Amino acid sequence: MAKNIWVFCEQRDGEIQSVALELLGVARALAQTTNEKVCAMLLGHNVLDKANELVAYGADVVYVVDDERLAQFVTEPYAQAAFSVIKKYEPNVLLIGATSIGRDLAPRLSARLHTGLTADCTKLDIDQSGKLFMTRPAFGGNLYATITCPNHRPQMSTVRPGVMKKLSPDTCKNGEIVVEYVQWDDDKFKVKVLKEIKESKCDTDIEKAKLLVAVGRGVKDVEPARELACALKGALASSRALVDAGVTSQHTQVGQTGKTVRPEAYIAFGISGAIQHIAGMEESEFIVAVNTDKNAPIFKIANLGIVSDASQVIKEMNKIL
Amino acid sequence: MKIAVCIKQVPNTTEIKIDPVTNTLKRDGVPSIINPDDKAALEAALNLKDKCGAQVVALTMGPQQAEKALREALAMGADEAYIMSDKAFAGSDTLATSTIIAAGLAKLNPDVIFCGRQAIDGDTAQVGPQIAEHLGIPQITYAAQIDYDQDRQALIVKRQFEDRYQMLEVSGKCLITVLSSLAKPRYMNVWDVVNQDLKEINVITRADIEVSSEHIGLGGSPTKVDSTAAKQFDKKIETFELDPTAAAQAIVDALKQRHLI
Repeated sequence: MAKNIWVFCEQRDGEIQSVALELLGVARALAQTTNEKVCAMLLGHNVLDKANELVAYGADVVYVVDDERLAQFVTEPYAQAAFSVIKKYEPNVLLIGATSIGRDLAPRLSARLHTGLTADCTKLDIDQSGKLFMTRPAFGGNLYATITCPNHRPQMSTVRPGVMKKLSPDTCKNGEIVVEYVQWDDDKFKVKVLKEIKESKCDTDIEKAKLLVAVGRGVKDVEPARELACALKGALASSRALVDAGVTSQHTQVGQTGKTVRPEAYIAFGISGAIQHIAGMEESEFIVAVNTDKNAPIFKIANLGIVSDASQVIKEMNKIL
Repeated sequence: MKIAVCIKQVPNTTEIKIDPVTNTLKRDGVPSIINPDDKAALEAALNLKDKCGAQVVALTMGPQQAEKALREALAMGADEAYIMSDKAFAGSDTLATSTIIAAGLAKLNPDVIFCGRQAIDGDTAQVGPQIAEHLGIPQITYAAQIDYDQDRQALIVKRQFEDRYQMLEVSGKCLITVLSSLAKPRYMNVWDVVNQDLKEINVITRADIEVSSEHIGLGGSPTKVDSTAAKQFDKKIETFELDPTAAAQAIVDALKQRHLI
């Protein structure tokens, strides 16, 4: 019988990704209800020493496949490794970060396992029988739909980075580390990596920044906003409108088709607050909105709303700081 | 080279508004469009057709009115169009949808399949990889650039990640999901607009494909919608009308108060 709450723990260059630790946090809460174990699946090359980190963040057992075929992410080797471990242990729940890796691997796996997959969940609940309730935004974020997968296992879900909270690490916690071996079908590896290039981001990582200065259509010139973001030791974020217009880079986009952020402060300048944008930032601790339109939807979620000209306010703030 | 492009007709969600009184979607009069990522996938296929003489086939699954999306694809330069439409397909989740589309594609036997990365109405990005798995062919997602290397008879694809990119080579059959930034879709060609009327839209129904009824439609979908709820806003709101100087001071004060600066 399918059992335990599993997390696919994404690593890049041997570095555990934040979303994996966040998922271990929510997995811990789910496992509490069902009285099951939290199991981490770690796939990569030379990653065995990272297993302890996963234990500290909530895993009871870490299953590791360490193989040179997994040194870089390519779908088929990762799918084979994950499939082989899942078939062996039959998880009840499998959570995967909704990154460009997770959103590639998860659907491939779900089809191979012939089970359901719910994308980009923002909330996960479980009942005592182990039935998972996966809530996600639907219709561009206008509605929430709660999805279940009653008759197939594992119940699979991807979760956006920044949505769940990681636990404080407990380095005294005990956990089991199990090394798994895979019977590879190398003939299936048809995609060859010619090269892999890391890109430096021109803007600070908006998922990590504590404060975001976010700009939208109502801001005429982005440079003063960038300056303000620096002065506030934050990062520049933007709405889809400015990314589409080529004014800001895609790395800065917040919302349904961009990134989900939850900084300590989110200052929205000239952003009207389309539902797709709000879906990506409403969990921010403190939201300030500046807009000339007093009926802009952004004011419905702002802690501090100011009806004023955004470009002018940015200039005035730069003067004060 | 025969390239099949999977396209989806979607409501233009950026134009969907909520009724502030009833808290429901106002969908009336919202126009349907070809999903933006899919349109970029079509453009990528048409680019290859221009360069190396590929045959481009557009396929969609949906109700009869989705034909409009195929008409547009033909007008952009696609050679053939197929619609998969049947009551038996209704209510399919992503896995069931991918099962149906994979069965349709198997009949067309393309060399390469292009899909958009994700659709703006569902945002799941699942159907492409699931089709690839059903067909047992490799996938490359998040494609930011696609070129054909004549000498090596292989596609060279730039695969985008959040913090890096890979240059990948794939020869033989494969499925590629395309980012909308890959290519700006061309306008419909006047000649093709006229000619598309003469082209037939081929219909593929339940009877034409070989799939188990247990794997399609609402009944064949592993995931079920348990409930839906309108979005609730519960933050405490304070809104002031201020001149820029006063506004700047108010924001700085509020940030200082919370020790954020």
